[in-house]
Amino acid sequence: MALLEIENLSVEFGTEAEPFVAVDGVDLAIDAGEIVGCVGESGSGKSVTALALMGLVDFPGRVRAKRLAFAGHDLLALSGAERRALVGKDIAMIFQDPLASLNPCFTVAFQLTEALREHGGEEERRSSKVRRARALELLRQVEIPDAETRLDAFPHQLSGGMAQRVMIAMAIACHPRLLIADEPTTALDVTVQAQVLELLCRLQREQRMALLLITHDLAIVAENAQRVFVMYAGQQVETGRVPEIFEVPRHPYTHALLAALPERNRDNARLKAIPGIVPGQHDRPGGCLLNPRCEFAIERCRRDQPALAGPAGRQARCHFPLDESGRPTRGWVADSATPAMAR
Amino acid sequence: MGRGFGDPGDGKVSLVNATAPLLEARELTRHYTVSRGWLRGKGEVRALEGVSFALREHETLAVVGESGCGKSTLARQVTMIERPTSGQLKLAGEDVGHADPATLKRLRPQVQMVFQNPYASLNPRKRVGTLLGEPLAINTAMDSAARRDAARAMLAQVGLRAEHYGRYPHMFSGGQRQRIAIARALMLNPRLLVADEPLSALDVSIQAQVLNLLMDLQQGLGVAYLFISHNLQVVRHIADSVAVMYLGRIVEMAPKASVFGRPAHPYTRALMASTPVLDAKARRERVAVKGELPSPLNPPSGCAFHKRCPYAVERCLSELPALQPLGDALVACHRAAELNV
Repeated sequence: MALLEIENLSVEFGTEAEPFVAVDGVDLAIDAGEIVGCVGESGSGKSVTALALMGLVDFPGRVRAKRLAFAGHDLLALSGAERRALVGKDIAMIFQDPLASLNPCFTVAFQLTEALREHGGEEERRSSKVRRARALELLRQVEIPDAETRLDAFPHQLSGGMAQRVMIAMAIACHPRLLIADEPTTALDVTVQAQVLELLCRLQREQRMALLLITHDLAIVAENAQRVFVMYAGQQVETGRVPEIFEVPRHPYTHALLAALPERNRDNARLKAIPGIVPGQHDRPGGCLLNPRCEFAIERCRRDQPALAGPAGRQARCHFPLDESGRPTRGWVADSATPAMAR
Repeated sequence: MGRGFGDPGDGKVSLVNATAPLLEARELTRHYTVSRGWLRGKGEVRALEGVSFALREHETLAVVGESGCGKSTLARQVTMIERPTSGQLKLAGEDVGHADPATLKRLRPQVQMVFQNPYASLNPRKRVGTLLGEPLAINTAMDSAARRDAARAMLAQVGLRAEHYGRYPHMFSGGQRQRIAIARALMLNPRLLVADEPLSALDVSIQAQVLNLLMDLQQGLGVAYLFISHNLQVVRHIADSVAVMYLGRIVEMAPKASVFGRPAHPYTRALMASTPVLDAKARRERVAVKGELPSPLNPPSGCAFHKRCPYAVERCLSELPALQPLGDALVACHRAAELNV
């Protein structure tokens, strides 16, 4: 049994009569000790997926799922108290902007020990001395130099990279089994980004955590994750293993996204840009959500919405998944890892 | 069309330009005095320290470096928003560092700027047409009909439609807003465009569109770009030459091929090694740099990079390395020659 099991997760906002579907039918299973990447542009629903897992989608948002289970607990059926016992202890999350996530009024030590006071072992809950020692140990674990003095620092005295390390220390304080990192390095410089990612992956290995790495940067996923799913306008459009998904993308969106990167256009003066924009709340097209921007779209794409199809672990939401040369095919063949011949 | 505004109109500028670079900085320095609080006296931030470079028309100079390295301070000097503390900054042969207000007023239209965040850089209460017409209204004697025609022509040039003229910024997506910001910057037909992280607020699929637009515009208009970015993949695509900055100084400056082919300064190497890449084969060995950018209020002695540099020796602690030629690059590192054998 996977650590986290999600089947057909949907998150809606707005009224029941005219809902805006921010996340539409996401399926996901994460095993212990696995790094799964989630890639998408802004508005693709990747953060809302994470918030739904954490139970942080407030009214009027509505979370629905056929199954949303963590280590056997049904997350949707939990009472508030049960959820609070789980979230922050077994499931932890770090956010994009570390300085906005830390409370400016309290010291690092106070904020670090808060989770221990709530979720820690018997001794940690009783003694502030034990908690402080543990906080110091955590700061050393996330490689903060001069950890003793940093304990009593306020967030504004930390740099962005340092603050993100404190956030990571807070997240791993109770040895979570699943860590959700939502754009953990977007606000950081490249050298610090590399350091923070390395730290995250080291902690993940050491503690055998599952890590859900949400980012818009395909290269970060390519370097760190084992599996990845690509989201577009609230839907998963492709899932697969790294590096396979980057070498032979099956979905035209993944294909176009990769082809638009300067890295894949070394010898071209012009980048192969994707025309148009991500559809918003009111302008979602009929049929396949990508069809107005897809270079291969034909009549059927404008009419029928495709389902996620393909061999297990390598699926694409496309009527005509691409072959190795990037040409559309007639569709997936049963019992085969590759799609049929050219369309 | 009202084009050519900003030139003195006597033809001299183009003559000078055939030989001299459009923009030339020599030992450009900008310090800021900051208060460090009660009883602690004033501190001095050396945001820009002895920066020299030249930029010609049709060319793109990319400035890369981490936040706090002086990239944006450089942009403020070049756009004549601030005067440099010392050093020389010449635009088309004229020194702007010590120019009188009238000269500055004449020179400013030639340098325009595109900002990072198009959600913040466009006035939400003005229509696109007004935004585009404003530079003309302020700097030229064009009447409103001529301004409208110029704005509509520019909309087409940046890939927007004529009906967008009467709309407000909130009706556009991020990529379209950045197109509007670029259009506004080009209204006065500038010779230099300073782009401060113009892509970093945009989505991946939109970045390519805007990058293509910038390159097309340069080809058509011959405008020079001072392209400030931290994204090395983007820089590799658009730049002709690259200046790598660290704590207010240029540590390496070279043509693009040489910076990316044979990065000479340890900091440049660290930047490249830190940049994630898609293809496993292209992955470089991680030269892990320790720590973060030191405070510009209290820069380290000697080479500012020595505390994070894996190759630092005794000499780096005490002696500031000068920017010296190495192949076709300029590198400020004591050990550049031996490290690059």
